[in-house]
Amino acid sequence: MSVKQISVFLENKPGELNGLTQVLARHHIDMRAMSLSETNEFGIARIIVDRPLDTATVLKDAGYVCTVTSVLAVDIPHVPGGLNQVLNILSEAKINLEYGYAFLGGRKDSAYMVFRVADNAAATAALRAKGIRVVDSGELETM
Amino acid sequence: MERYYQPKLETMPRDQLRALQDERLVKQVKHVWDNVPYYRAKMEAKGVTPEDIKGVADLHKLPFVTKADLRDAYPYGLMGKPLSECVRIHSTSGTTGKRVVAFYTQHDIDLWEDCCARALTAAGATNEDVCQVAYGYGLFTGGAGLHGGSHKVGCLTIPISSGNTDRQIGFIKDLSATILCCTPSYAAYLGESMKELGMGPDDIPLKAGIFGAEAWSEEMRQDIQNTLGIKAYDIYGLTELSGPGVAFECSAQSGMHINEDHFIAEIIDPDTGEVLPEGSKGELVFTSITKEAFPLLRYRTRDICQLNYEPCPCGRTHVKMCKPMGRSDDMLIIRGVNVFPSQIETVLLNHGYAANYQIVVDRVNHSDTLEVRVEMTPEMFTDNLGQIDKRQKELVAGLRSMLGLAAKVTLVAPKSIVRSEGKAVRIIDNRKI
Repeated sequence: MSVKQISVFLENKPGELNGLTQVLARHHIDMRAMSLSETNEFGIARIIVDRPLDTATVLKDAGYVCTVTSVLAVDIPHVPGGLNQVLNILSEAKINLEYGYAFLGGRKDSAYMVFRVADNAAATAALRAKGIRVVDSGELETM
Repeated sequence: MERYYQPKLETMPRDQLRALQDERLVKQVKHVWDNVPYYRAKMEAKGVTPEDIKGVADLHKLPFVTKADLRDAYPYGLMGKPLSECVRIHSTSGTTGKRVVAFYTQHDIDLWEDCCARALTAAGATNEDVCQVAYGYGLFTGGAGLHGGSHKVGCLTIPISSGNTDRQIGFIKDLSATILCCTPSYAAYLGESMKELGMGPDDIPLKAGIFGAEAWSEEMRQDIQNTLGIKAYDIYGLTELSGPGVAFECSAQSGMHINEDHFIAEIIDPDTGEVLPEGSKGELVFTSITKEAFPLLRYRTRDICQLNYEPCPCGRTHVKMCKPMGRSDDMLIIRGVNVFPSQIETVLLNHGYAANYQIVVDRVNHSDTLEVRVEMTPEMFTDNLGQIDKRQKELVAGLRSMLGLAAKVTLVAPKSIVRSEGKAVRIIDNRKI
């Protein structure tokens, strides 16, 4: 189980992220989560949106280089030690995390955490076996 | 079966060709002496008269013509015919200094178009073909030269000129263009644009392309051949000598045959001006032996090149020149190291990047800096910063080993490198020396 994340190449100069959000706004695309990573010269915006495939198309048309990746979205109990419990399971299963980011998604009792792992199926199985809920695209897209 | 536009001239045995060159050279030197006072003065200064030139063996006695001479004599000083006998001019863009204006009689145009027709025929064109000429039309020689050559071959000629990519692709499809003539960077760009439209090589009828007017590498040739599904042929020329068609590639795709019945080629040491032995690498010098209106003798091209006199499997007897390894005026000297843009292009293509790049040279604290800006491509992009970083480091290492020089690599947004008339602006030298 996985959700679709769109990663966009951005140059490191004023107005670059703004250019991206303008395209999204113009096409009435709603973001669920966003994470920014940067090096000295360029950055990557990773976003989760309501319409991932439309988004990839409109971004390509607007001249952006972007890629759609399947990432793992996990329901994290909003209590102290909630994330720790999830990470215990992943480290026991020897699953390496490439990157990740969290968002609340407007809920009170739990949060979401997005993880990039090599094998989504293996991670999903390990988490589910311990009763952790792995979220599908539908849940985030219709949120 | 190889076809020739002018079989007798193109496959003439070399001893006969030499005799033809001797005869034409003697006549041309006399023509210049009688009609071009500027060059006559140069000959007199060197103590040479037409009587001293009995053939190609005496060519080295003549003075050179350089870009500086073209500037000094601008605009009419090197003309060999009165304006009343001239029918056209062409001109260079003047990006590397003052513009050059070259004059043509109808006879000059005719011979130039023959040269282009030879190139088209060597690329497989016949009167059954549809030839899309996407070089710029106007002062630039690219459009006019290939246009005229295409007429001579009898192709249906589409004088579309450069730019407007959607229309280019539309015409290729709708009118079944089989031959494309343009700059190699524009051919690569057309290929990219087709890919974006979801079109592959099988969706278009093109079979060959003639690409010139700028430096391109063997890797870029492969790239263009694959994306457009064609054979890509190189063509060489200079406005000063007429335009494209001074030399062209045949089916062997291993060097360009110089049209030696019109141009005598020499390789010289760019520093001393001495003629170098056969097979040496040096500056290419041309003497036009048939041109009337703008008859340049021993014109220094600034192109660094090598000539290959071995017989060609295509049957043409004319000598082949390699792709210019760089222009001595395109050549950058960075921290004392000679750098040719074509070397950088080779490294980029070897590392999977597109050939859209820009070289920025600057001087910081009395030391030169080299930056290579590369456009990010969908193929090279991933969601993983580490991966992109790793590829970038590999590219830096590749540039270092090719150039012997550290370069900074900057990844920039796609299509952000300026293309003018399909010709990318490759070098920005900000050094104030």
